[in-house]
Amino acid sequence: MNNFKVLFNGIVKENPTFVLLLGMCPTLGTTSSAINGMSMGLATMFVLLCSNIVVSLIKNIVPDMVRIPVFVVVIASFVTILQMVMQAYLPALYQQLGLFIPLIVVNCILLGRAEAFAAKNNVLPSMMDGIGMGLGFTLALTLLGAVRELLGTGKVFNLTLWGENYGMLVFVLAPGAFIVLGYLIAAVNKMKKAS
Amino acid sequence: MKKLESTLLNMVMVLTGFAVFAGGVLATINHITTEPIAQANAKALAEAIAKVVPGFNNEPASEVDTVTVDGNAYVVYKAKKDGEPIGVAIESSANGFAGALKILVGFDNEGKIIDYSLLSHSETPGLGSKAAEWFRQEGKGDIRGKDLSHGELTVSKDGGEIDAITASTITSRAFLVAVGRAYKAFQETNKQQ
Repeated sequence: MNNFKVLFNGIVKENPTFVLLLGMCPTLGTTSSAINGMSMGLATMFVLLCSNIVVSLIKNIVPDMVRIPVFVVVIASFVTILQMVMQAYLPALYQQLGLFIPLIVVNCILLGRAEAFAAKNNVLPSMMDGIGMGLGFTLALTLLGAVRELLGTGKVFNLTLWGENYGMLVFVLAPGAFIVLGYLIAAVNKMKKAS
Repeated sequence: MKKLESTLLNMVMVLTGFAVFAGGVLATINHITTEPIAQANAKALAEAIAKVVPGFNNEPASEVDTVTVDGNAYVVYKAKKDGEPIGVAIESSANGFAGALKILVGFDNEGKIIDYSLLSHSETPGLGSKAAEWFRQEGKGDIRGKDLSHGELTVSKDGGEIDAITASTITSRAFLVAVGRAYKAFQETNKQQ
């Protein structure tokens, strides 16, 4: 499998949100607006890229029986670094996403990719996989956030398209997250079948 | 390179090694970011104070007082202009719809509300989160300029004069409770002087 195929794989064919259905907690929790969804996606992508690189580098010096704890230590370290750096230099964003950043540790996409891909491949493909999966996740979260924000408040990325009074509030809340996610998955499946 | 065998010695060594290394890296980053984090927090606080009691030229964030009312401690920031007190900013909180609602309220010397700032909350996005602007816009929800000496503010549903945020009466009530608590702390501050 060449590197670009790996990259593309994460974005469309094995999109972590729409196809693999991994990491549903941040997906549903942080996508109340497009910008929140995108920030969460990018934060996850950063951790995914770093952890994939490190895991593929250390895969030979980690005995099989302790690989999971070691991977978790790697992932948790990167998440903690991200959290501290964000708190220091992007306090406004941190205030919005703060609660969900530590939860990246338990996002199954990270351990899933470390285990299923990075532990079996070399650095370059693992990097590509990290970027691809991260982009796929970011795109999915941004799309979900944009649809929810538009239907819920009439805005996308804080640009008003129609008045807030026409917004259906349920889409900003949790039930709307499930409804929009369901329809988006259906749309993706339909498109995949057609092609 | 061949994969390391899963012997006890190897496992203990590798796990310990990674844990120690990760600990070291995190300690270093923590050391680097401690100061920027403190600065960012101080800046956010200073901005909030400047919003609720504008016009001072001292540093209220460093002129801090604590008063205790009904067993709760409140932090009071004193704003002064040329040494004369022009008002105080008081941190207060109440239980909102989904967790603590923390606000900073500015009072002038007579006890009128100048402005407020929502410090932290976990209200519903799109509903209760509107509290950040709702009570400071023109209209019946406005609490600016209100004087609490005639009694606490309540929402119109409870017979008060303040319009609650649409579909967020619980958040609105909690907000006004927090404002009321801040006012009590304000009275306590004045008593002490």
